[in-house]
Amino acid sequence: MNPWALYALSGVALFSVGLVGLFSHQHVVKRILASNITGSGVLLVLVALARRMSSGPPDPVPHALVLTGIVVSVSSTALGVALARRMARLQAEATHLPEHEPRSDGEGP
Amino acid sequence: MTDVLLDGCLALCLPLLAWLVLRTESLSQAVVLFVAFGLLSALGWARLDAPDIALVEAAVGTGLTGALLMHTLSWTEETPPDVRARARRRPWALLATAALTLLLGWAVLALPADSPGLGPEVEARREDSGVKHPVTAVLLNFRGYDTLLEIAVLLVAALGARAVNPRSERASSDAAKDPLTGELFRMMTPALLLVAGYLVWVGDHGPGGAFQAGAILAGGGVVAILTSRMGTPRMSSLRVRWALLTGPLLFIGVGVAPLLSGRRLLELPEKLAGTLIFIVEMALTVTIAMVLLMFFPGTRPSRAGRGGER
Repeated sequence: MNPWALYALSGVALFSVGLVGLFSHQHVVKRILASNITGSGVLLVLVALARRMSSGPPDPVPHALVLTGIVVSVSSTALGVALARRMARLQAEATHLPEHEPRSDGEGP
Repeated sequence: MTDVLLDGCLALCLPLLAWLVLRTESLSQAVVLFVAFGLLSALGWARLDAPDIALVEAAVGTGLTGALLMHTLSWTEETPPDVRARARRRPWALLATAALTLLLGWAVLALPADSPGLGPEVEARREDSGVKHPVTAVLLNFRGYDTLLEIAVLLVAALGARAVNPRSERASSDAAKDPLTGELFRMMTPALLLVAGYLVWVGDHGPGGAFQAGAILAGGGVVAILTSRMGTPRMSSLRVRWALLTGPLLFIGVGVAPLLSGRRLLELPEKLAGTLIFIVEMALTVTIAMVLLMFFPGTRPSRAGRGGER
């Protein structure tokens, strides 16, 4: 099997692993991780398709697209993480205000 | 033979690691595994002859994302990693995804196996682009729209992240006393600046460019923030605003200027293209580094400080 096909299939597998994770997890951080993995799978397929000719330089257009894609995925992750932080803060405020005492289970490993 | 083994191992390990990331119950372990996954995929990209992407993945996709996620865990651990971090079992979803995977795999393998893509066309016009490296030529000349809009996406994300968490947290003072991190930072800074400058310069004729350089600068800045050498950049500061705007404004200026002389948008004049691309890349480096820094909310207050708030 050609190396590019190997990596393209690996990218497809990554995509579906990420997709399953995205749908089956409830925790925000896990969902952010899963969407990152899904994105990596798509990018891996793109880069693998750019290397279909075994001789000569690879196709630079998908490379440029993937560069853009990585930076955009980082910014979407950062936005997601900021929203997660906001949610955590709001939840903490909502649970702390009525009872006025620190929760005992906050010191998890 | 060893090539095939390496490729096979990488192609197998990537989905396996991804599955482990999502399977692990401890969130911090999942983030560490995710960083390992990113490094492995950087290796895969290097194997696929994409050194530019490998550099960006190692610096941005793995380094900064990993630091960001780790940092978030230290904030969100107040909701303990309990049962909700575990996956719910959904057999039908697994079945549907397996079917989708087979379909996608078949579609990928059904593509023509020896298509050169747009490679020859880029190669034919590379002389006109002003730079020698084909990826830089595509990014900043042939498909300048993508890069321009990408900078806009970055800016919007930074604004959004700051708008959602407007209170920028004060750095705690006790972390600054650590002599080891201070020495490390002092030794690291000149090397970081040198590498970033080299990457911008080398983007003209080799793998490198504004994204890699900006990410490396931002990495140094993040270390500075996390060790309290530097406060988090504030949106209210005029200098921060200018750093955020130089890249997009200069790029828009360079893109719009051809309209005045009867050319099309973003159509760089052939004689000046090399110089213009270099200037735009310098400005973009500053903006990208600043945007990536803006994503970091600052060090977490010490436990004693947080206890006092309650």
